[in-house]
Amino acid sequence: MIPGNLDDDDDDESRADASGEIRLPATLESSGPVPATAEIAIVGGGVVGLAIAYYLARRGLHDVVVLERGYLAEGASGRNGGGVRQQWSTEINIRLMQESVDLCRRFAVDLGVNVWFRQGGYLFLARTQKEVARLEKNIDLQNRCGVHTKMLSPVAAQEIVPELNLAGIVGAAYNPTDGILFPWPFLWGYARQAAAHGVRIFTQTPVNGLAKMAGGGYEVVTARGTVKARRVINATGAWSPQLAKMIGVDVPTYPIRHEICSSEPLKPFLRPMVSELSSGLYCSQSMRGEIVGGVTLPGHGSTYAMGSTLEFLATYARRLVRLMPILGDIKILRQWAGPYDQSPDGNPILGAAPDHPDFFLACGFVGHGFMMAPIVGKLYAEYLTGEKPHEIFERYTLGRFDGGGDSYPKEDFNIG
Amino acid sequence: MARKIMICRCEDVTLADLEHCVTRGYKDIEEVKRYTGFGTGPCQGKECLAPMATHLARLTMVEPAKIRPFTSRPPLAPTPIKILARAPDAHRFDDDPGDE
Repeated sequence: MIPGNLDDDDDDESRADASGEIRLPATLESSGPVPATAEIAIVGGGVVGLAIAYYLARRGLHDVVVLERGYLAEGASGRNGGGVRQQWSTEINIRLMQESVDLCRRFAVDLGVNVWFRQGGYLFLARTQKEVARLEKNIDLQNRCGVHTKMLSPVAAQEIVPELNLAGIVGAAYNPTDGILFPWPFLWGYARQAAAHGVRIFTQTPVNGLAKMAGGGYEVVTARGTVKARRVINATGAWSPQLAKMIGVDVPTYPIRHEICSSEPLKPFLRPMVSELSSGLYCSQSMRGEIVGGVTLPGHGSTYAMGSTLEFLATYARRLVRLMPILGDIKILRQWAGPYDQSPDGNPILGAAPDHPDFFLACGFVGHGFMMAPIVGKLYAEYLTGEKPHEIFERYTLGRFDGGGDSYPKEDFNIG
Repeated sequence: MARKIMICRCEDVTLADLEHCVTRGYKDIEEVKRYTGFGTGPCQGKECLAPMATHLARLTMVEPAKIRPFTSRPPLAPTPIKILARAPDAHRFDDDPGDE
């Protein structure tokens, strides 16, 4: 059993009725009609949508429905590697991720679910002086923001990960407070607490139509009835362009398949997430003991296909054995794939769509939506409940692409 | 009693765990896999998928034929990384030796 759920046991007992039978509130509604109206309809039951729902409910806005097309964790939120890092190349993303890390640290206490968050650091390895220069530039900025990333010599990197083969490594960037988490319990935690605060979460509920109503708001047509919502949030990840298209909004993101795999569980030995810039190789040891990792495989184009390939395993294995030869003897248990929601400048798309003040976007996270969801969910809920909008809602708008999208710095540190 | 009926031996998932999971609304077999961890160990579901589906059908009152197996993940059996590293791999990165 996933230990993250064992803490449920105590309250299960206390909920036993006179007959001794346990009655739990269901977090998810996988059958029955959706309500006729809602203040906010969030389309997409991934980590971004659920985080927004949770924080809205915490701020007193309970009339919220979450509409998930399939099962919970079916999309990228259930398929990612669980990395949480503050090593970014723009100040805004570094500062966002500092806050996300703080929220991850408190998650188990705040949400009542163990997400196996472990701050073992992130170690980025450079094989050329050009890569070193890129890391050094980012480190300067990170240090100014209060993230204590350091440039390490290859030997110093090997002190942190003795299994590294240093041949060809010329330097490394290391921040000890980056970490990893186990993605699935994050969703259960947000879903359960949002539901406990009155949010209704519908699974197996695809949205088949979306139409602006004359008096404001939207009709959201689902497989289980129509919800009239005053505001709609598009949190459908790689599927965001499809939903937006229903009301004529063009979202310039596209899906990119990324593959990943997991090994048999091993005794804990690997502290940081290890990543190599040249190949996009990354691997970390989860709290279940598995080595979880991937590698960049260019050339698959834009696709929603989520099949697995031997090509991926072969490339990953070859590069992993080169970097950490001792891992050659461990076994791969399974591989899978998930879609990145690729945005033109590597940054998310947030805030209301042009000409649609009640249609909000929360997409374009380029494979990093999971780590950004805690802080983005919190800021989004503040924004939607009348607080002054955070800078991200001015900078990361859909409108920024109208002039070609060059008005703000691109995020160039989307690794893996 | 249900606490002592083991369905997934790799990941220690009991019948009670399944009942708990279903009560919470996690009723799709893919959700059950994620919520309990069943089928994610060394056997990758080869031992536990059928009994789990049988109990899930009973608990959710779904016709057994309507429950599909969860997505099967390659490789077919746990495979050492060093063997995979020798598989044909046309892809080359800038820093890969040309003759490898």
